[in-house]
Amino acid sequence: MKKYDKIVKNAVGREVPTIINGEKHVPFKGVGKFRPTGRKFAPKIPTCADYPADGNKLVPSLKEALIKAGLKDGMTISSHHHFRNGDLIAVQIFDIAKELGIKNLRWYPSASFPCQEALIKYLEDGTINRIEGSMNGALGRFCSQGKMKGIGVLRSHGGRYTAVQDGDVQIDIAVIAAPTADAFGNANGVNGPAACGLLGFALADSQYADKVIVVTDNLVPFPCIPWQIHGNYVDYTVKVDVVGLPEKIISGTTKITKSPDRLLIAELTAQFCDEAGIVKDGFSYQAGAGGTALSIGNFFADMLKERKIKARFIRAGSNMYPVKMLEEGYVDYILDGQTFDLEGVRSMRENPGHVNTSPFTSYNYHSKGNFASMVDVVILGATEVDVSFNANVVTHSDGYLLHGIGGWQNCLFSKCTILPIPLFRDRIPIIKDEVTTICGPGELIDVIVTERGIAINPLRKDLIEKLKGSKLPIKTIEELKDEAEKICGKPGKPNIGSEIVAAIKWVDGTIIDVVRKVEE
Amino acid sequence: MGKIVTSGNKGKRVRSDCFITLELTESDGIDIQLESKVKVLFGDAINKLLNKVLDFFEIKNAKLKIEDAGALPFVIAARAEAAIKKLIKTEKEFLLDMIDENKYQTTKDRYRFSRLYLPGNSPSLMINAGIHKPNGIILDLEDSVSVNKKSEAQLIVRNALRQVNFYGAERMVRINQIPLGLADLNYLIPHHVNLLLVPKCESADQIHQVNKRIDEIKKQHGLEYPIWLMPIIESALGVIKSFEIATSADNIVSLAIGLEDYTADIHTKRTNEAEESFFARSMLVNAAKAANIQAIDSVFSDVGDMEALKQNVLKSKSLGFDGMGCIHPRQIKVIHENFAPDAADILKAKKIVNAFIIAEEQGLGVVSLGTKMIDPPVVKRAQTTIDLAIDMGFISKNWREEFLMEK
Repeated sequence: MKKYDKIVKNAVGREVPTIINGEKHVPFKGVGKFRPTGRKFAPKIPTCADYPADGNKLVPSLKEALIKAGLKDGMTISSHHHFRNGDLIAVQIFDIAKELGIKNLRWYPSASFPCQEALIKYLEDGTINRIEGSMNGALGRFCSQGKMKGIGVLRSHGGRYTAVQDGDVQIDIAVIAAPTADAFGNANGVNGPAACGLLGFALADSQYADKVIVVTDNLVPFPCIPWQIHGNYVDYTVKVDVVGLPEKIISGTTKITKSPDRLLIAELTAQFCDEAGIVKDGFSYQAGAGGTALSIGNFFADMLKERKIKARFIRAGSNMYPVKMLEEGYVDYILDGQTFDLEGVRSMRENPGHVNTSPFTSYNYHSKGNFASMVDVVILGATEVDVSFNANVVTHSDGYLLHGIGGWQNCLFSKCTILPIPLFRDRIPIIKDEVTTICGPGELIDVIVTERGIAINPLRKDLIEKLKGSKLPIKTIEELKDEAEKICGKPGKPNIGSEIVAAIKWVDGTIIDVVRKVEE
Repeated sequence: MGKIVTSGNKGKRVRSDCFITLELTESDGIDIQLESKVKVLFGDAINKLLNKVLDFFEIKNAKLKIEDAGALPFVIAARAEAAIKKLIKTEKEFLLDMIDENKYQTTKDRYRFSRLYLPGNSPSLMINAGIHKPNGIILDLEDSVSVNKKSEAQLIVRNALRQVNFYGAERMVRINQIPLGLADLNYLIPHHVNLLLVPKCESADQIHQVNKRIDEIKKQHGLEYPIWLMPIIESALGVIKSFEIATSADNIVSLAIGLEDYTADIHTKRTNEAEESFFARSMLVNAAKAANIQAIDSVFSDVGDMEALKQNVLKSKSLGFDGMGCIHPRQIKVIHENFAPDAADILKAKKIVNAFIIAEEQGLGVVSLGTKMIDPPVVKRAQTTIDLAIDMGFISKNWREEFLMEK
């Protein structure tokens, strides 16, 4: 079997295969152009007759649970990333698979982290055929070097939910690590030593997987409340000593930046939003957990306080900063997708206005709407942007796959999408003629804010009009590109081969681009 | 084996810089070993530049190792030149293009609220300094550069003057104490430096020495542009002689005070209340004003405390200072906002400028406001205040329409 086949040019001009790992895929057709048909995927119908009436689904170990779930060659195994770099379970799954001599598994995580680099040995020996999910750091490098047996597939958080719902990816066994659970399988992320806030990324897995295993180190008597994951979906529960490392569950990127250059970018971004009329009573925004995004949130908070108005909701990645705004009354709701620090976890436990969301409510594109498109402004990052405003978040300019998509693609549907980015990192300009990998089409990216100027997408005539006469440094994207190249020099071309190592999915399941092998 | 020399900086936290190890060899041509985090995209460009520098100094055989952390060409060229000059004696200079954006001149009476200190051997801090819009940037060759790095810093500062766009900030260099600092001037004067800070200044003679050397270099290169001086008073003797220093030359635009050295000199400690330096500061302000130049205050060193900085600025302004130094870009905004003219200043300036326009329209030779006659320098100062208020966004360009409406 060829790893990929039948290459066509898609709607953004990228050559992509329509057969990957033996499965058929649709090339990107344009935003909103692909019309799905048919019905959603339906898991098998279970019966209570097969499950203990006393609700006790405990089995002695993860190994036993996996054997009972029928672990065998070629299966798809899923896990979630709410524990971030403190996850202890994903690697154990494949240690067990290796021990049982199982081969050719597809790992379907909602994201991977450096703590899972140990899986490289299983990718090498064929225990794991491929990762379909974000590949960061060493895993991304491994994939970029063409060493993975299958082709990687990267999806956004929303795209992952959609793929499961649509049946594009059928999960055989979902392993859901839970900070707190009961023996029936009800689980939540707000309590327990490994509290991580919520478990939204595991929602699709619980609903659609053939077999579901919940693993916890904090087993409570029924009922486990709140039941963010419903035990009614769960086959087996497992009690372990430690499910995750709390100090690593807390993300390292949740501090306001001290860099004067980043603060300047944040300040320019907040000022831009203000002059564009976005910051007003009842507005909503998403600002991620990066230092610059957090600073922008702080500038918004200052504006709200000064004008004695409040935001309706913040879409988060939550941590202490939005929590403070909620508790001081400057925002009605935090719609939280993942919780980055203990303040966020505490707030979710205590504040009714701090709501746990899932990729279903926030991001699922094959749905009757989702709230990502209702957010007034989102602040996102990018590794590269091109003069057509296409942006890249997965590869660097040297061609290496080093990041996942996260919720980035899904957020592009907001009313105003802003990328605050430095004009160059070290010596590498961020604005290119063409991005290495297209993750988001330029028509959805409205504004680029750099320390040396702000470029508004020419499609956003309304924003251009509003900012007329502004003292902000508004420039064209070409001017910004030239300015960076004047400082850094024009970068050479990386040595990227033709062999495809991973596919990048758009939110509707079509293929928007591919990642190719880096020749070293 | 030949002598091995190094230049530049390396280490985990070093960015936008490089470290060069150089050895001249007898044969086998040029051998460049390149380690760079931007090798894929800029490896060829780096190699080309290094070959060009070596060729310029007529080096045919050498082993050069560069450990690069994303250094821009002006840094790589300076590091290579510094290493070469540790091995061979030469008067030649490898000069990159002088960018057009850096050929501007400044005026004697421009505002100098803020001036941002940048260590002369830390290029990473220079690249983005201008985007924070200080009135001036100071490339420092003196206290922030260790003795064994002085010659490397001279080349970095020279190349930065030629290649780094500071976006309109007055381009200042703090040279070393006279007489040592005279040797710095070769690397600065031909490269469109706007202003020199002369540290630990204690006599008119030091200023004369600096100006003599400036004139020699200007003549040698046929340069016309002005180079302003800002003596820094940092000792009891300097304070006592401050008027003599202030009036020692026409190109002195201001006196600055350096309180760390001053307080040490008078055997006391520097405190936040700054009572120990009240006399010095006041003396310096009076000397400057008597000489009709600006008085510039010392830096405020707690970069985390913006409220304390604000209080410091307000106190400084009330003593008669026209600006102060800063050591972190975030201090700039606070300094500008609080040295800037306040509402009362602006209103007064509006009245004066308005009266001037009316007088012009009516063909009157004399400007008067109510029963008071207004002298031309007062009008000029009012106009500067208005320009600044517009520039800082306090009033609109059409302020006069609104002003007349309100009247």
